[in-house]
Amino acid sequence: MKRLLFILPIIAFVGLAGFLGYGLTQDPKALPSQLIDRPLPAFALPGIDGPVLASATFKGEPRLLNVWASWCAACPQEHPVLERIAQEGFPVYGIAWKDKPEDSRAFLARFGNPYAGLGMDQSGRTAIDLGVTGAPETFVVDKKGRVRFKQIGPISPEQWEGEIKPLMLQLRAEA
Amino acid sequence: MTRLLLALMLAPMLAIAAPAAAVLPDEMLPDPAQEHRARAISKDLRCVVCQNQSIDDSDAPLARDLRLLVREQIAKGKSDAEVRDYVVARYGNFVLLKPPVEGDTLLLWAGPFAVLILGAIGIALWQRRKPATSSADAPLSEAERAELDRLR
Repeated sequence: MKRLLFILPIIAFVGLAGFLGYGLTQDPKALPSQLIDRPLPAFALPGIDGPVLASATFKGEPRLLNVWASWCAACPQEHPVLERIAQEGFPVYGIAWKDKPEDSRAFLARFGNPYAGLGMDQSGRTAIDLGVTGAPETFVVDKKGRVRFKQIGPISPEQWEGEIKPLMLQLRAEA
Repeated sequence: MTRLLLALMLAPMLAIAAPAAAVLPDEMLPDPAQEHRARAISKDLRCVVCQNQSIDDSDAPLARDLRLLVREQIAKGKSDAEVRDYVVARYGNFVLLKPPVEGDTLLLWAGPFAVLILGAIGIALWQRRKPATSSADAPLSEAERAELDRLR
């Protein structure tokens, strides 16, 4: 009994240390998306030079929806990955979040335009409907128009190869 | 003396100085009652960019958008609960600075009480065991008395 009482604090300490240690590996800033497995919220945003980008477009084929802005620091870093994704034949759509059309245009002229369709969300209301907390964020939308995955922050080439591309291929194979 | 005077002068000023909120005049609703409700709701909603501030306190552009959204919903005649649900539907329970009591928040809410009860049980056990192990109050044995007499 005495020995047990002696060991108890050690067990408690190891347990607490393990629990806190596990906490260190988690990102406390990552918020779970409310949209996973739910339909993409309805929106119809004016295009920058082309047609309106509407949520109804996201049907029939898995697509990526990238929320970005010319003022976003991490977006130029992510942009080559988006270009590569588009070149590999996966459709990428964009929402320019609270951005001036001339700034978005200058950004695309400088870094290239991987977007199959682009909407301007100048009020930021669509971004709120999407639960966006910062740019860039990218949604994977399946054939039925449901959100299946949300990436917060820039997509790295490794993430595209290891995580998102396999998911896109799996969604393509889905009925 | 001058210090005391200064302190006396400063005290009422500090007492009336409310913490500065981020709400700008152009965001406010014309109806003071509605604006009051909007402020109360905003104080309970977390700014998702800065995370440990309410949207009422935060200068982040997204916090401003959410404040405007809260006011827009109130102006539409939505109740406080409906406005809160509208934001929770988009950002989840995380935006509530006071999360509701649910399955996954049970540990958060019940944890402190569980620790308190465990501590109380521990103390009760310890207290009950104490008299048995303590020999301070027991009368001296014959051998001890003899030893004491020898030392005297």
